Amino acid sequence: MDRMTRRMSPAAFAFAAFRHAVLGLGSVLMLAPFVLMVAISLKPPGEIFAPVFTLLPETWAIWENYGAAFQRQPLARFLFNGFAITFAIFALQALTALPCAYALAKLRWRGRETTFVFVLLGLLIPPQVTAIPLYILMWQLGILDTYAAIVMPSAISVFGIFLMRQFFRTVPDDLIHAARLDGLGEFAIVWRIMLPTAIPALIAFGILSFVWNWNEFFWPLIVVQSEELAPPPLGIVFFANAEAGTAYGPLMAAATVVNAPLVLAFLFAQRWFIDGVTMTGVK
Amino acid sequence: MAEIVIDGLIKSFGATPVLRDVSLRVADGEFVSLLGPSGCGKTTLLRIVAGLETQDAGTVRIGARAVDDLAPKARDVAMVFQSYALYPYMTVAENIGLPLQMRRLSRAQRLPLIGASLPGTRAIRADIEAEIVKTAEGLGIGHLLDRRPGQLSGGQRQRVALARAMVRHPAAFLMDEPLSNLDAKLRVKARAEIAGLHRRLGATFVYVTHDQTEAMTMSDRVAVMMEGRIAQFAAPQTLYDDPETLAVAAFIGAPEINVLPAKRRGDGAVEVAGAVWSAALPDAGGAELHAGVRPESWRIAPRAAHADPAWLAAEVRHIEHLGSETLIHCALARGGHAVVARVEPALAAGFRAGDGASLAPDTTKVLYFGADGARLRGARPMAARIQPALAHHG
Repeated sequence: MDRMTRRMSPAAFAFAAFRHAVLGLGSVLMLAPFVLMVAISLKPPGEIFAPVFTLLPETWAIWENYGAAFQRQPLARFLFNGFAITFAIFALQALTALPCAYALAKLRWRGRETTFVFVLLGLLIPPQVTAIPLYILMWQLGILDTYAAIVMPSAISVFGIFLMRQFFRTVPDDLIHAARLDGLGEFAIVWRIMLPTAIPALIAFGILSFVWNWNEFFWPLIVVQSEELAPPPLGIVFFANAEAGTAYGPLMAAATVVNAPLVLAFLFAQRWFIDGVTMTGVK
Repeated sequence: MAEIVIDGLIKSFGATPVLRDVSLRVADGEFVSLLGPSGCGKTTLLRIVAGLETQDAGTVRIGARAVDDLAPKARDVAMVFQSYALYPYMTVAENIGLPLQMRRLSRAQRLPLIGASLPGTRAIRADIEAEIVKTAEGLGIGHLLDRRPGQLSGGQRQRVALARAMVRHPAAFLMDEPLSNLDAKLRVKARAEIAGLHRRLGATFVYVTHDQTEAMTMSDRVAVMMEGRIAQFAAPQTLYDDPETLAVAAFIGAPEINVLPAKRRGDGAVEVAGAVWSAALPDAGGAELHAGVRPESWRIAPRAAHADPAWLAAEVRHIEHLGSETLIHCALARGGHAVVARVEPALAAGFRAGDGASLAPDTTKVLYFGADGARLRGARPMAARIQPALAHHG
């Protein structure tokens, strides 16, 4: 109570007000496109281009727009693709990142530090750089235009290895020593000892991985031609390209639907999401 | 049950030598403590025995087998860690049972769901369950089996760690400061329990600690380690009464032994800060010596002046009343050396800080060391060296 009633000095108040104003402006800039998206998705075509912008429509067009979004293109299929692809990618990433991170964090071997430097270098390479060689590889493997082509290049996450390594370093060595004496092999240690202690980090990484791969547009655009394999962002493009011209209402409705899982995931796991972003900064 | 023979172990981390030629023989069923200041290599030695570190040179034998090439799990030793190292996401029962599961169930039998349907799995699991309960109840943690380590107190965690080590009946127990995370009261209790456990199990115990009280109270023998070497390996009382070096003498005993510079005289006596003490010393060791006097070996008298040349004039600086005994801290009039005397409380009643006092040792109990720190043994008979020390506390 004491702290609540204590008065701020004028300078502190001015700074707090300034800080909130800047943050407020930033959040308005960030949120505006989303507000616009949701607003348009609720309006009939006539109101979308009306000279006066209103937040809420005069005549609601929810059913028309959202109905059209699911009917005009196989939006449900896009969503399913999105979930299937992000889940497969995350499962593979966890399967590869955990043993790699364990070896980099807890095992002693020649070249470990050098290997870790290469992992860090991997973080610096933009995905566009490797796109063409990867495309050729997919072509040679004969798996262009399949789910595998979308999933494979993301199966190993350098960031995931890095994140899990940072986390594993905080696990006490004695826990691993105890496990070795109790008869566990190195892989058993990864799955039975390290994995359970790393659940918070893994959830944080899972959410980041989900957000990135759900939003991934560039790589699917290159390797996928079939509409039924398209993940959500690529699917949205099909709305814009529809020969009848761009229908903004259904397009924005589709965009809202595609964004919804991300927003829900974020709200559901806000704490872990922030952990994931900050964890790379802490030791 | 097995003896542990360590022969010529050398280990360094990078350029830092940690163990410099350590040899040690722990008899079957013996309780041996590795005692030393932090950084002396005691934990590294224990880890090499467990197989968690690899030595640069030397061999370790457990029972009849050389274990140098064996993985930790194949060495038939169990370890209790300072941090307890309990698996945080497993219950107490799962923690205790894991070593048995790994040993008795095949890889397929350990699989979830599928494993349970394989022949024999159920019977083995029931056996394991029974042993978990029996071990836990023996340690008084039978009611905690469903809890997770995070929900337990320090003392309870320590018991779980002990139970996990005991459940598979290893040939030897290796303990790495298992009591240092307990509060002082619990530690005294746990000390008695571990000693009792050792008597009951009859297994070989190797116990690492930096706490001399733990080492002295529980061990059959104590290996004092300093700077990667074993400075002395002997029974606790021998370490106290008959240390090999000044460093060991200074490390064992609290308050510390009083060390005063001494000079050998022609007549065989030594001169310490102006006083003359009779001593029977060998000729070796040079003229400059260190005289070590245990706090309880002092006789103390009021008034700084004393007729006898063996007495040192001093001033009382500080008095500590410990109840069963009293420590009188003095400064010597010549040289200003600080010395501590341990006396009966009744005897200390006449002293106050600032008073003059005289001190003289029981000269049969003074320990002499050469300038290099090596013990100089007198020509006194063995019995005279041991007996007074043993009789003293009576």
